[in-house]
Amino acid sequence: MSGFAKPLKIALGLIVIAGLIIVPMNFNRYGLFILSQWAVMSIAAMGLNLTLGYAGQVSLAQGAFVGIGAYAAAIMTTHGWPLPVAIVVAIVLSFAVGWVLGYPALRVQHHYLAFVTLAFSTLAFLVFRNESWLTGGIYGISNIPRPHIFGIATNKPLPFYYVCLGSLAIVSLAVWWLIRSPWGRAFMALRENPLRAQSLGVDTRRYTLMAFAIGSALGGVAGALYAPLTQYIDPVPFNLSLSLDLLMMVIVGGAGFYFGPFLGAMIAVLLPEWLRFTEGYYLMLYAVAVMLLLIWSPTGILGILDRYLAERRTKAASALRAVAKSRLETVQ
Amino acid sequence: MSNLFDLLVAGLATGAIYALVAVGFTLLWQTSQTINFAQGEFVMLPAFLMLAAMHVGAPFWLAIILGILLSMILLGLAFKMLLVDPMMRHGVLPLAIATMALAIGIKEAVKQFFSAEASPFPSIVPTGDISILGHAVSLQSIGVLVLAILAVFGLTSLLNRTSLGHQMQAAAQNPTVARIIGVPVERMILLTFLINAFLVALASLLITPIYLAKFSSGEVLGQAAFIAAIVGGFNQVRGAIAGGLLIGVLDNLAAAYVSTQYRAAVPMIFLIAVILFRPQGLLGRAEERTI
Repeated sequence: MSGFAKPLKIALGLIVIAGLIIVPMNFNRYGLFILSQWAVMSIAAMGLNLTLGYAGQVSLAQGAFVGIGAYAAAIMTTHGWPLPVAIVVAIVLSFAVGWVLGYPALRVQHHYLAFVTLAFSTLAFLVFRNESWLTGGIYGISNIPRPHIFGIATNKPLPFYYVCLGSLAIVSLAVWWLIRSPWGRAFMALRENPLRAQSLGVDTRRYTLMAFAIGSALGGVAGALYAPLTQYIDPVPFNLSLSLDLLMMVIVGGAGFYFGPFLGAMIAVLLPEWLRFTEGYYLMLYAVAVMLLLIWSPTGILGILDRYLAERRTKAASALRAVAKSRLETVQ
Repeated sequence: MSNLFDLLVAGLATGAIYALVAVGFTLLWQTSQTINFAQGEFVMLPAFLMLAAMHVGAPFWLAIILGILLSMILLGLAFKMLLVDPMMRHGVLPLAIATMALAIGIKEAVKQFFSAEASPFPSIVPTGDISILGHAVSLQSIGVLVLAILAVFGLTSLLNRTSLGHQMQAAAQNPTVARIIGVPVERMILLTFLINAFLVALASLLITPIYLAKFSSGEVLGQAAFIAAIVGGFNQVRGAIAGGLLIGVLDNLAAAYVSTQYRAAVPMIFLIAVILFRPQGLLGRAEERTI
């Protein structure tokens, strides 16, 4: 992204943010629901991007953490607790479970890790489905209330969309800060070369667990927002395919790029909606689009941009070198 | 006790099918580092190809042959040339994600062009029971077991006893050296994709009469095959066979003796335990770490 001048970047960011605030004002119910879903999925995908994109640990369990957060929020708010408290509980719970799930990552890597997390995802789904005293089983939990924020009721779609957007903004800022902090550097060191990171004094053990725990906690946040968004949850949305979808979002957007999850979630949530006019074909077209994109650019959408900018930079640099060289020659 | 015996036979029969699918899965991993998340859908699709052939009037035997040939073209040749080849050099993860997308695509295509409902599928083994040691055993279980064992036996003899098999193993174990000593590595990789397509078509033929042909049936099958492959050893054909049989039996026993609600949890917990305590699998050899 460094190819743009800084003021231009800031202006672009402000336009996008203003657009996200102003444009949906006259959206209908369904449009607002889809946009809120985009915000929620972006949060979950950002968490996975930390675990996978920055720290390099493959996880197929992010959907399970969205489920844990959603159930925590649903159970607590239907028993009269306010949503912010439920979000804190969801964060703590997902953080703790994510920390424990990180332990296998200390022993195994890559595809083995993927399958451990896949197994965890299936186990979590079974618990959601079978422990009906807690989760309502296959009947789920309905009538999940939406919160009052600063005394304002958010029952209508537009105010709740702003709740989701606001949460996304807070999470984005936190992640932005995190990846620029020494922790973020340590995560990237872990991804690039664990052995070297260790010999440079990075506590790889702690940071691997941390990468899992923080990524999972963001999944929990997303879940805690998902429950009041849909106002009804059952186990089905939190099965393995949600984890696979989230993984796809991160890779398609561009793993390890800050803006990757936003784009990935946009494609996964909005593209099927735009393709709905094709009726039964829309998921098929979506699948084909994802495959074509990955064949064209395995590093995702932002990978294309990154390559383009890198190319331009090298061209500019070699032009500068050529100019400098010709100057030297004229001096001589 | 007779109950246990029945469970064991049924478990071995489904386990033998899992083994077929898991063997194909490990073959692809060994020769091209492809983690095929669409392997379950690969098993689901050939049954529909065969049904489609029967719909246009082909007799059952011809439909089987057409189905197997078509799957070798689509799931072997086309899969390798259109998806795997362009992505292989970019690492394991993007390709794995692309196969996830492929899984969605296959599922949706079957749902759209064929049916969202489950369709019955004729069995190539006659139904009925025979008596073994005083137990009534379903003929179908025996037939499936025998056919699957024959296929696996044929494959292992191909790999271990023929020059072609040795070349394939060489291409999988060390492509660079294999190339130097004149093994046509590219052709060997293509061959493993064709073998995988044949194995999944065979598995499809054997398992669909039991579970019906349905667009979503690949999810469970794919997972069972993953677990079998990892439990047995990701890099060993005989490991995948053992893993398949083990998971089949475990699954059936869990359904009977653990709660039906948590039957799916048993293979998963077993998988986690194996990965944590013996990551190379029960029969596998450890992979060297690259730095």
